Amino acid sequence: MAKITLDKLRHSYMAAPRGAEDYALKEINLDWQDGGAYALLGPSGCGKSTLLNIISGLLQPSEGRILFDGKDVTALPPDQRNIAQVFQFPVIYDTMTVFDNLAFPLRNRGVDEGRVRSRVGEIAAMLEVTEMLNVRAAHLSPDNKQKISMGRGLVREDVNVIMFDEPLTVIDPHLKWKLRSKLKELHQRVKVTMIYVTHDQTEALTFADQVVVMQEGEVVQIGTPVDLFERPAHTFVGHFIGSPGMNVLPAEVRDGAAFFAGSRVALEGAIDAGEGRHEIGVRPEFVRLAAEGVPATVRKVMDMGRHSVVEAVAGTTRISAIVEGPAPGQGETVHLAFRPDQTRLYRNGWIATSKGRAA
Amino acid sequence: MRKVNQRGWFFVLPVLILVAFNALVPMMTVVNYSVQETFGNNQFFWHGLGWFQDILRSERFHASLGRQALFTFMILAIEVPLGVIIALSMPRKGFWVPVCLVTMALPLLIPWNVIGAMWNIFTLPDIGLLGYFMNHVLGVNYNMTQDPVAAWITVIVMDVWHWTSLVVLLCYAGLVSIPDAYYQAAKIDGASNWSVFRYIQLPKMKQVLTIAVLLRFMDSFNVYTEPFVLTGGGPGNATTLLSIDLVKIALGQFDLGPAAAMSLIYFAITLFVSWLFYTLMTRNDTQ
Repeated sequence: MAKITLDKLRHSYMAAPRGAEDYALKEINLDWQDGGAYALLGPSGCGKSTLLNIISGLLQPSEGRILFDGKDVTALPPDQRNIAQVFQFPVIYDTMTVFDNLAFPLRNRGVDEGRVRSRVGEIAAMLEVTEMLNVRAAHLSPDNKQKISMGRGLVREDVNVIMFDEPLTVIDPHLKWKLRSKLKELHQRVKVTMIYVTHDQTEALTFADQVVVMQEGEVVQIGTPVDLFERPAHTFVGHFIGSPGMNVLPAEVRDGAAFFAGSRVALEGAIDAGEGRHEIGVRPEFVRLAAEGVPATVRKVMDMGRHSVVEAVAGTTRISAIVEGPAPGQGETVHLAFRPDQTRLYRNGWIATSKGRAA
Repeated sequence: MRKVNQRGWFFVLPVLILVAFNALVPMMTVVNYSVQETFGNNQFFWHGLGWFQDILRSERFHASLGRQALFTFMILAIEVPLGVIIALSMPRKGFWVPVCLVTMALPLLIPWNVIGAMWNIFTLPDIGLLGYFMNHVLGVNYNMTQDPVAAWITVIVMDVWHWTSLVVLLCYAGLVSIPDAYYQAAKIDGASNWSVFRYIQLPKMKQVLTIAVLLRFMDSFNVYTEPFVLTGGGPGNATTLLSIDLVKIALGQFDLGPAAAMSLIYFAITLFVSWLFYTLMTRNDTQ
């Protein structure tokens, strides 16, 4: 177990990168605490798998260092880093039994057979695969195969970190939540640092204590699931997390106040000084239908059971609102009010209001 | 019960007729010859299993069967491991992949009797490249038309040169189908190169390797053209393999009955050993 530090990490798949756009990873500085559960969240191609392979040692970064507990491991090969990785597609050794699969990483390191047996027994019990130990691994279902791949990571006691690269991709939907909660439970029991890479917000938010959101090779925000939901640092985070995502409205700033479609919008706090492209961000959960506010026409109403998602158009901008109780009909004109303490200004994508101070 | 659409048979019928004419009918004429005796004039007499008994007791048959078995055994023992080793050392991506593949495929593209002729000339002691080099540069007495050991070595080297590529290409196809994640996981699990071969590469190559062994067994057990063109079965009878002997009996001596009986025994052995290989190599798959 170890604290993981990424120090000025950059990576390009090109031999001679010129501009920032040639980098798959653009300067990443991160500290991951020992024993934490982290998720790397971002759309496909944002560089999260690249980052994972750099931490595991399968890939050498172009620049920067990786430190485990302050020790530089940048040049070490994967087997000397004491890490474990679970891949998108379950990797199992077909010809071996489940027991031999789980024992493989220990036997390769010369652990004595008695210790191997007790350790494999423990892990099998934890994963609930004890009754399959003597089955040939080739005959397992995909979710059990993936459990065995996880088991091979857990079986070593000295692992610094276990990494999961979209491990639920090939798992049937109804088994996904089962494996996910199993994983969460395992983390609480073994207390190994875990990094979980995914493009699925539900997986990331349910698994991790801290979520790292990435976009185009950059870390956009690091925070708890609540932080990411309540106070997105970037419009990308607001839009990527949440269902439906945060409303992003084009805005104008005059005399220290923000205006949308000509009317003034109250914000959570004072606007930071600066110039650029302005947008107002407010989550659908904090948009409500009111007697007065921004006038808009209802385009579509989706009944989600306990609430409805109302999609309205103000000018050319679409705004979603989550409405409890009776929803307006299609084509009706409504007035939308934003809850001020949950309404923020973004400048060039980044948050530009400070909470608390009066506007 | 599920209703079976009987019209399906009509689609199989053309193939059935084709196979009947190019395989079953000729084979039945061989069966027919094998149980009859003739003294010419197209008059045939019933001979029962006499020819089969003669062949099975014949020392000449035992000798050529023994040579054939030795030849096939050596071919498999050399070509299969060698093919696997070459496939493992071939690059998996980049510029050299097509270069290696084409180079490997070249021997397979050459007509069989051209190969025999090529090696015949190649090994001529006074003018052949190899023959001259061995005799006049290295000073080794090498003449495969006089020395049975030299003849055997040449026949085997020629077959290895010709057919190892087939094993290589099949194994290579098996190897490139292994996803990178397997190698990465093995690296992380601390697996040695041997473990990677034993638990990842070999299991993934197993099916193509089964096919490779079967093809190499059948082809080498039935080989005719190349050794015949190279040595003509000599010196003496040293490289007279089963098929060469069969042709001598059938077309040289025109002993139709014994040749037919021998053909059927030959066929039965090939079929049985192929079945045995296949059963042994796939027996673990269903466990």
